[in-house]
Amino acid sequence: MSFSTPALSGMALAVLLSMAPHAPLRAEAVTAPPVALSCAGCHGPQGAGEGSVPRIAGYDRQAFVQTWSAFRANERPATIMNRIARGFTDAEVAQMADYFASVR
Amino acid sequence: MTNLTRRTFGLATTAAGLALAAPSVLHAQTSARLVVIGGGFGGASAARYARMAFPRLDVTLIEPQTSFVTCPYGNLLLAGERTLPQITHSYEGLKARGVRLIHDWAEAIDATARTVRLRSGQTVSYDKLILSPGIAIRWTAIEGYGEAAAEAFPHAWIPGTGTQTALLRRQLEALPDGGVVGFAIPPNPFRCPPGPYERISMVASYLKAHKPRAKILALDAKDAFSKQGLFQDAWSELYPGMIEWIPLNKDGKVTKVDVREKIFETELGTRHRIDVGNVIPPQSAAKIAIDAGLTNDTGWVPVNPLTFEATRARDIHVIGDANIGQPMPKSGYIANSTSKVAVSAAVAALEGRPTPAPTVYFNTCYSHVGPEYGISVVGIFRPGETGFVETANAGGVSPRGPLAQQREQRRLEALHADAWYDAITKDAFS
Repeated sequence: MSFSTPALSGMALAVLLSMAPHAPLRAEAVTAPPVALSCAGCHGPQGAGEGSVPRIAGYDRQAFVQTWSAFRANERPATIMNRIARGFTDAEVAQMADYFASVR
Repeated sequence: MTNLTRRTFGLATTAAGLALAAPSVLHAQTSARLVVIGGGFGGASAARYARMAFPRLDVTLIEPQTSFVTCPYGNLLLAGERTLPQITHSYEGLKARGVRLIHDWAEAIDATARTVRLRSGQTVSYDKLILSPGIAIRWTAIEGYGEAAAEAFPHAWIPGTGTQTALLRRQLEALPDGGVVGFAIPPNPFRCPPGPYERISMVASYLKAHKPRAKILALDAKDAFSKQGLFQDAWSELYPGMIEWIPLNKDGKVTKVDVREKIFETELGTRHRIDVGNVIPPQSAAKIAIDAGLTNDTGWVPVNPLTFEATRARDIHVIGDANIGQPMPKSGYIANSTSKVAVSAAVAALEGRPTPAPTVYFNTCYSHVGPEYGISVVGIFRPGETGFVETANAGGVSPRGPLAQQREQRRLEALHADAWYDAITKDAFS
């Protein structure tokens, strides 16, 4: 078996016709902004929730921002989210809120 | 392709002719090839994310083993609270996402030809390489501690197929009550900064239940360690009188071991007799990174903090424990978090786009220290001018305080630790 570039095929040629030399490789579907990608480590892929860690997929955007602010100000009971919340800017929180609100 | 008309086929033929004359355009004829070396937290997360975010990318993962045993939760196996199958993950999920798995050793990288040579002799070409090879043990760092000695004093720090961790577990089970378990703990930097101290805690938890007269002697080549106050609080409360921790400045650095006499010998010549010995030796980046010329005199790989591209080679992005990431810890979470940034940066370069904007590299490390007793450290990092910068006034460790006051915090963190394990292994292997 060979792992070199496959010989040109009809498929490859069709792809060539449809792509610029450096055609976009990104998925058509909306993917998470970079700042939201690390949430998966505890909240599960796409924020689906895992065990004792709550689901954040589909979280209302406004509620997300408010909850985050409450964590940041130590105004909401937390085990670790208070420590996490203080490390992100308002702009980053807004990106996360937009993304998780969009996940179904 | 049956839907190609004669006219488009004619165009294609022309384009192919041009492409063959111009190697830089040739890449567009097929999918760009991302090759990942190493199927641990970094490499598996990279391969998975690459297939999900960039479905047109051709992703190959080179990993000798057909399943992965995690370092995290290996300490619970030592306590008898997990089994090997519970901390073992298959690559079937990645295969289902279209990742091509090659179960072979990557022997060498040719950064100029952009190829990886396998032990089988085959060669794999890449456009971008994600190198996540993990660590190597510095077998010459402690006198008397070579690969054969690791069969007597297991390191259990590179899980492989789990044999080292299982060996240490069997030795603990065979320990007589009243015996001494010795730990030799390395200087910074090393894989999993809180790991040795979680291990001490989990072994203590087992001993307390099964061999309450046994002692733990922890000899450390450092004067301070991760979550130190929290660990030491827990040791006093849960395991009073059982654990003696000797730091560097009290002659804690083990420089020599004798497996026959069962001795840990320290810098100033003190000889400690032990019954079971766990040597966590000094480490470096894995051999392939050294052989490829990617490491500097520290033994670790300097990388661009925005892209994780090795400073010593183009098109090779080095993630996980092998790179110089401080103040980021060498943890599975950092490997997972940074893998996505490295893949995005690699793809941007392939497409001729600018490097993606700086983002956050995130870490949380939970440690179990006893039943229903978890603690954590959170770190939020960003790329800086020359390295990585921890975000100030954020993160940090769990609140300290007597168990009577912190019982619910500790219970919840132990639960969240279990959730973390399940979540992050899904984000890497599912």
